[in-house]
Amino acid sequence: MNFDDTPEEAKFRAEVRAWIDANAPKHLDEMLSTSTMGRSNIDPEAFRAESKAWQKKKQEAGWACMQWPTEFGGRGATPIERVIWSQEEGHYGILSGIFLIGQGMCGPTMMGFATKEQNEELLPRLASGEDIWCQMFSEPSAGSDLAGLRTRAEKDGDEWVINGQKIWTSGAHYCDWGILLTRTDPTVAKHKGLTMFFVDMKSPGIEVRPIKQVNGNSDFNEVFFTDLRVSDAQRLGDVGQGWIVALTTLMNERLAIGGGMATGFPELLSFVQGLDFDGTPAIKDGAVRERLADWHVLSAGLKHTSSRMISALSKGETPGPEASIGKLVAGSLMQEISLYAAELQEQTGAIIDTETAPFGGRFQAMMLRSPATRIEGGTDEILRNIIAERVLGLPADVRVDKDVAFKDVPKGA
Amino acid sequence: MEFDFNEDQKMLRDTARKFLEAECAPDKVRAILDDDSKTYDEGLYAKLVEMGFTGAAIPEEFGGLGLGYLELCVIAEELGRALAPVPFASSIFLAAEALLIAGSDAQKAAWLPKLVSGEAIGTLAMSEGNGVPSARNTDTRLEGGKVNGVKAVVPDGASANLIVALVRTSSGDSAKSLSLALVDASSGVTATSQHTVDPSRKMADLSFDGASAELLGGEGEGLSLLEQILDRAAVLTAFEQLGGATRALEMGVDYAKERFAFGRQIGSYQAIKHMLADMYVSQELARSNAYYGAWALSTDAAELPLAAATARVSGTQAFQHCSKNNIQTHGGMGFTWEVDAHLYYRRSNHLALTLGSLRQWKDKLATQLEKQNQAA
Repeated sequence: MNFDDTPEEAKFRAEVRAWIDANAPKHLDEMLSTSTMGRSNIDPEAFRAESKAWQKKKQEAGWACMQWPTEFGGRGATPIERVIWSQEEGHYGILSGIFLIGQGMCGPTMMGFATKEQNEELLPRLASGEDIWCQMFSEPSAGSDLAGLRTRAEKDGDEWVINGQKIWTSGAHYCDWGILLTRTDPTVAKHKGLTMFFVDMKSPGIEVRPIKQVNGNSDFNEVFFTDLRVSDAQRLGDVGQGWIVALTTLMNERLAIGGGMATGFPELLSFVQGLDFDGTPAIKDGAVRERLADWHVLSAGLKHTSSRMISALSKGETPGPEASIGKLVAGSLMQEISLYAAELQEQTGAIIDTETAPFGGRFQAMMLRSPATRIEGGTDEILRNIIAERVLGLPADVRVDKDVAFKDVPKGA
Repeated sequence: MEFDFNEDQKMLRDTARKFLEAECAPDKVRAILDDDSKTYDEGLYAKLVEMGFTGAAIPEEFGGLGLGYLELCVIAEELGRALAPVPFASSIFLAAEALLIAGSDAQKAAWLPKLVSGEAIGTLAMSEGNGVPSARNTDTRLEGGKVNGVKAVVPDGASANLIVALVRTSSGDSAKSLSLALVDASSGVTATSQHTVDPSRKMADLSFDGASAELLGGEGEGLSLLEQILDRAAVLTAFEQLGGATRALEMGVDYAKERFAFGRQIGSYQAIKHMLADMYVSQELARSNAYYGAWALSTDAAELPLAAATARVSGTQAFQHCSKNNIQTHGGMGFTWEVDAHLYYRRSNHLALTLGSLRQWKDKLATQLEKQNQAA
């Protein structure tokens, strides 16, 4: 039991560290080190420009899309090399956030189902950050029950005509391309009538409307399709095989490894250390100490779970099911921590303004962003289903819509 | 990075599991639980000695195998899983560790081989019944090689031949007034059994009436040595708790698959499956925290006090969480004497209370966080 790199890993880490040290955008250090989930202290457009610049620099030096094949602009690296890269990249990794869905999910889906020519044309532009991609899956009436989606694609000669609506589409307002899951046959059971496409987001027939979120930001969008025409050549997988293609996409969702998921615990500890209650250090208060202890157990548990996963990768193994607990624990933890930190701030805890709020308003930003963590990419409830069914082997819930034609499945509003 | 047990250690785990499945089925646990006259399963303990488990982390010069703490952690997990009704923790995690930390060469040579061979059973007697042991609540006194006083609810107190006791060696409330004593229990010690929540691990009050004893470690170092002993024992006990938590979770999952209600398996209802998923999460976090404790213990790292407190709190919470919800999953049957679920519930609470409460360990954890932050 040890935390040491193998000689090859140590050599790779030294190479990564030297390159990052020589090339990282250090002028952003202050902004990145004080940014909090949900708030980056820089306007979104400037942030995207910095993201693209860093991505381009990485790609030119061969550090982009670590696990992609080199022919599409990646590095062909091993999983453990990707982990080492992300550990060394540290807070500069925040800049890669806007490429995550494209490079982590859309790219691998394209590699599995698009033609060689299409991939050679599009994937290097995704790897270099020139293009940004989005994933259009969720709909107003199909969230956790994704296969209940209604966006309709109908064949017309060599083209498909698409009508309907997507929602919660991250980044659609600035994306260049996207993958789109549609219903092509409502007369068969819901999973069997789906087909996947990739589309140019600048096509006529696509309208993107940003959604104003709880925290005032607009990271997600509604996307409307009105007689959008897509060439049959942009179909991914066979007609009716969309669910299988979508599972490939979802399987590639980034494992929360390397840096691990943010919990807000280091910020809380640092905040409490500087706080006093009418002259008595807050950290001497019994109630505060108990919270710190309970939450340290969770945040340390996540960190060491991540080390167990990295150890598996280092041996060339696939991490076990323990990988599934990260978001479930981290999401609630950050929410609880942010509420408690604000409680400790008394009335001033109500202030969200960066300049005047205690601790730079970081806990207030977490307070208003963390509800989304518990929903996006699989709700807490769906994650518990996954753990129960795939890890513990418990039976699935009864599915009343399983063998029913989609058009006959009962639907609410 | 290899933050995991190696192949040899995993093989040892498999061996221990098979051995305990054969030798320590639940009826063996019940035999001690149901019988006030039996303090522990002597036959099983003799076999554990034969397997070399008691000597895993004890150097060869003192009769052990000298393997190391990681091996002892693996064994601890399996003992917890099987609810082994033996004084392994008292004798090895507490008494033997106390000797290894503070014992003179002569003391180690006199007692460690006996603890390894099972010829002697050791334990640690800290509390006198009123809160966290301190100079204010410790009256048991060591004077002129004799101990007098009473220690409360000592694990395996009635079985022990060797008692490591927290004693007063001078008057006053200063921490320096306390020391550790090595007490030979062959005369002058009277054990009075206590009825406890888990009779498969017996406890007793110990009354010392001029029992022969000598200092263990320096005079006035009692509390600081006690901290060190408890940190090590906390990591080892966290593995015992982890083993119990894992087995309680498995029992709940198995039952949720075989029990039908309203025409379907109860494990298909989200109310049940989400409860089991949460048990899995606490068990996995406890596993990761215990592994970190094992790393700190085996490398004698500066992080040991924080790692030990984290492993202890995490292990305690996970075992209590899994054992109580295992009963809940079983419904009314879970509340019967006949179903084994209560054995795990009892043990989880025994382990939660014998090495210092959650409240105490959370406070220690917070103290370590304070130090860490000041150093940063």
